[in-house]
Amino acid sequence: MDKKTVQKVANLARLNLSEKQENELEQQLSKILGFVEQLSEVDTDNVEPLASVVDIELPLRKDEINDGGYADKILKNAPEQAEGYFVIGKVVE
Amino acid sequence: MAKTIQGESAVWEMVIGLEVHAQITSQAKLFSGAPTAFGAEPNSQVSFVDAGMPGMLPVLNEYCVEQAVKTGLGINSAINNVSVFSRKNYFYPDLPTGYQITQFEHPIVGEGAIEIDLPDGQVKTIGITRLHLEQDAGKSIHDMHPTKSYIDLNRAGCALMEIVSEPDIRGPEEAVAYLSKLRMILRYLETCDGNMDEGSMRADVNLSLRKVGETKFGTRCEIKNVNSLKAVQQAIEYEALRQLEILENGGTIDQETRLWDPVKMETRSMRSKEDAHDYRYFPCPDLLPLEIENSYIKAIKETLPELPDQKKHRFMNDYGLSLYDASVLIAERARAEYFENAAKGHDAKLAANWVLNELLGILNKNNIPLEDSPVSAKQLGELVGLIEDNTISGKIAKDVFADMMETGKDAGTIVEEKGLKQVTDTGAIEALVDEVLAENPDNVAQYKSGKEQLFGFFVGQVMKKSQGKANPAMVNQLLKKKL
Repeated sequence: MDKKTVQKVANLARLNLSEKQENELEQQLSKILGFVEQLSEVDTDNVEPLASVVDIELPLRKDEINDGGYADKILKNAPEQAEGYFVIGKVVE
Repeated sequence: MAKTIQGESAVWEMVIGLEVHAQITSQAKLFSGAPTAFGAEPNSQVSFVDAGMPGMLPVLNEYCVEQAVKTGLGINSAINNVSVFSRKNYFYPDLPTGYQITQFEHPIVGEGAIEIDLPDGQVKTIGITRLHLEQDAGKSIHDMHPTKSYIDLNRAGCALMEIVSEPDIRGPEEAVAYLSKLRMILRYLETCDGNMDEGSMRADVNLSLRKVGETKFGTRCEIKNVNSLKAVQQAIEYEALRQLEILENGGTIDQETRLWDPVKMETRSMRSKEDAHDYRYFPCPDLLPLEIENSYIKAIKETLPELPDQKKHRFMNDYGLSLYDASVLIAERARAEYFENAAKGHDAKLAANWVLNELLGILNKNNIPLEDSPVSAKQLGELVGLIEDNTISGKIAKDVFADMMETGKDAGTIVEEKGLKQVTDTGAIEALVDEVLAENPDNVAQYKSGKEQLFGFFVGQVMKKSQGKANPAMVNQLLKKKL
């Protein structure tokens, strides 16, 4: 993990880091990755990837309308709203 | 524009692949129970799942799975027994979760192919790379305020099928033919309404150029926002010439995402997307892999309707229709049904002519959809029957048909009421022929001295005397005998 990678990941996550934070994170992330890296010592050839530790199938839902219809609640946390829409700074290209 | 463009230094070939987003015609969204209807009040069809509220869990809509499998079978593709949902991470205001749930390494549908019909009558096979299930994003509206964008999340979470073609398409005509055929298949299957105006079917175009004979692909650009068949044609034409100019001047193409501007009629770079291709896909921890049994796939296969190409071939084989007539008739499922009902028990070619040339002509002219036609298929069939058994001539039939369109009455009733029944009585026609010959002795003399083109004049006169009701074949026959 180098500083450039930290900056790239921060940018992709829309995080604005100070130089001090970048240095700290570079060390912390390196440690985390090193710790997780131990897993590569396990031989996983011929082992199927495990999607869940519980033996259940993906639950499915019928095609029925039973939600929605509460625009007021959806908009409650909006920084700004008008005519039922979220209002944000212009993002058009 | 054909498949190639002539540059100054070389002839260039267009290599095109299309990514089509087709909204599944489900009542509720892919992972929530909020409705999907178009045109509702903003944010009124949003659940907390769609809005990306903390702690909300997606639950997959089984109907959408069924529609994806059905579509996969309709485009002759392999169905995968196991598929996996992944998160595609990016930031955009109309994506409240910060990621789109989609399928990446393991799509529900794998490789397949469809046939496309080209304007010159050729048929070409276009490969399908994959079809996967994913959620739609919300909608950003930029023209409601000078400095603000408005966000409506009603579309967020609606189920989409992304259908990716192989780079088998050459030129704008093939691209349009591919989209038309794909839309036709989706409409036959009723898995997507194919309505490009309402955005329920959208296309992204990947285009690159290479010199003819070259086997490697050139660098491609992806063009977004191409939302009608016309726009696909125009965007490809513009983009091909743009790339040609760069390549002919020794430049290189930057791989990038471009936006089609239908007002300025140009594509332009979406610079903000430069970073965006680092999507950091990973399996969605909220969803287990989707497993489907072969018996499930088989059961869906049994519900498939006759598809456009099958119908086309059957119309040509069973009814003896031309490729062109068959292609036009199968373009809409309702149209094909109308034709088959009209042709039931009658001369199919004649019925096809009436549907294509008379019925659709008048309906299109007056902007009436086929479903609202004042003349039913059965009624048109009856009219065809009257022509077949010589009750009326083809010419009179057109007048009867116009009357039917106006009044909705049956053909038989109109013929009866107006006394339009064709005169097939030899004696009656003979009398008319004699009258005409007696009234035009000069013409008869000229005809007999060799001016044979006058024959048509006599036919016309007899027909006029009969008010169009004499059987033309018999008129011809009797005139020949008498002259």
